Amino acid sequence: MNGRADARLGQRKRTELFFRTLAAVSAAIVLLSLLLILGTVLWKAVPALSLSMLTQTPRGGFYLGKEGGILNAIVGSLDLALGATALAFLLSLPLALYLNVYKGRASKTAVWTRFFLDVLWGVPSIVYGAFGFVVMLALGLRASLLAGILTVALLELPIMTRAIDEVMRLVPRELTDASASLGATRFETALKVLVRQSAPGILTGVLLAFGRGIGDAASVLFTAGFTDRIPGSLADPAATLPLAIFFQLGTPFPEVQQRAYASAAVLTLIILLISLAGRAMSRKVTRHVVK
Amino acid sequence: MRLLKDTLARRGMGLVTALPGLLVLLIVVGLFLKSKAILGVAPLSRLLFSSAWHPLKGEFGLLPFIAGTVWVTVTALVLAVPVSILAAVYLSEYAPRWVREAAKPVIDLLAGLPSVVYGVWGVILVVPFVGNVLAPLAGVTSSGYSILAGGIVLAIMTFPTIIHVTLEVFSTVPRSLREASLSLGATKWETTRHVVLRKGAQGILAASVLGFSRAFGETMAVLMVVGNVPAVPRSLFDPGYPLPALIANNYGEMMSVPRYDAALMSAALVLMLIVLFFNVLARRILVRVERRVR
Repeated sequence: MNGRADARLGQRKRTELFFRTLAAVSAAIVLLSLLLILGTVLWKAVPALSLSMLTQTPRGGFYLGKEGGILNAIVGSLDLALGATALAFLLSLPLALYLNVYKGRASKTAVWTRFFLDVLWGVPSIVYGAFGFVVMLALGLRASLLAGILTVALLELPIMTRAIDEVMRLVPRELTDASASLGATRFETALKVLVRQSAPGILTGVLLAFGRGIGDAASVLFTAGFTDRIPGSLADPAATLPLAIFFQLGTPFPEVQQRAYASAAVLTLIILLISLAGRAMSRKVTRHVVK
Repeated sequence: MRLLKDTLARRGMGLVTALPGLLVLLIVVGLFLKSKAILGVAPLSRLLFSSAWHPLKGEFGLLPFIAGTVWVTVTALVLAVPVSILAAVYLSEYAPRWVREAAKPVIDLLAGLPSVVYGVWGVILVVPFVGNVLAPLAGVTSSGYSILAGGIVLAIMTFPTIIHVTLEVFSTVPRSLREASLSLGATKWETTRHVVLRKGAQGILAASVLGFSRAFGETMAVLMVVGNVPAVPRSLFDPGYPLPALIANNYGEMMSVPRYDAALMSAALVLMLIVLFFNVLARRILVRVERRVR
């Protein structure tokens, strides 16, 4: 009797150990895959990385392995992502404020708007690209920086708004009530209490959207075009880093493929920098937050 | 004056708030209008279920592409769901605090990496691995550019989505329930299996559905490793040609061949509708989970 109970216990302990290990291994796989990706891309990129790659635009025969760099794509991507992020911010902030100040946090409008934002979040970027293309045709625009900015702004809108909305929902009710009781209108409360109080979160949301915008390829494929020159105005087509990587990798020349790895490393570093900057800056802005 | 400002701001903001709903509608309607040109010529069933893809002859059968998408997505989920859920179990039930804290930025970063970078990594590492290691093991020859390579890359891309939602679901399971189970002498895994996983079952389902819809529309990373041959794949080692890749690869030619653009836009519409359906499904499950907790 006792022996059998012991055997059962041993069995249960073995099961426990087995699943514990399995779970730990799974977590390790997930966490290590990031290291593996970063490691592989950077390791492959080092031989091809050079200063001229970052400071020159493609020269003749660049895609055959000749001289030049990817400055056109770096500048194009930054222009595009900055423009799109600014535009998305202009829409996101009022949207999130409206949901949190004018509408009750659990009102019908708020619930439905959040639902639609979630749906938009899930829309694949290639669909945004196709939609942007349809709109472009309807408006008679050519593939240009402007069309790219508009499309990417649409892509960023749900990401940014949801992030801002999440932090604004955490602002304690007492603070807005206190502001209202001092005679502030709701608009004043919105600007001076809610925005200031959730500043770190807003910043994180903006950077998150910026990162998504600069890394997305499928949405700009139709809309921003591609060029070897640095865009001079909103009506010019613009090259982007993700597309530059894609096109370089698609050539049959090993030298050019090397450059694709290097470009991918540049893009990855930009993303890493944004994410680090976000962490550092959001700590700084916290000073104004009333706890 | 201040009141006027307030009213103006309120109107303006209200207008902006109508945007998300309007946008969803606009995308569906816009794509539909563009794909009408082909819906008028070929019946819907032929568009969706024919595998004849000859744009120059005016034959646009989307079946190979729909099949390619389904194959890649299902492969990715079969790989990603168990690993993600077990990883979430580890992070929420077993891991020491510092591991949990350290894992958060890693998962965020994994979610933030551009899909092109995943694609480059796939070309460097996953494609040769599938072609030179896995395919000989399975006794077949493959270039490596295959459904399996796409599935592996996609699986890693969906980890963050599934883990994130699953962790959130686990955190809604009350501590007291776990403690009750432990105090009855259950081991940690028994508690996890009979309490946490059972309580969170619906939420885990929702997490998987969200992962599915994320994977379904992923374009660039998959496009770079999956081979892009327009035929219905027969095995994991065959190349495939998913819908998003079709759209992305052919934007250049689509204006020169009649009705090509309409066919591509209808592909985008199909993609949009499927993703919409799964998103709504996942949200509904999640809302129900949340309500039950309260």
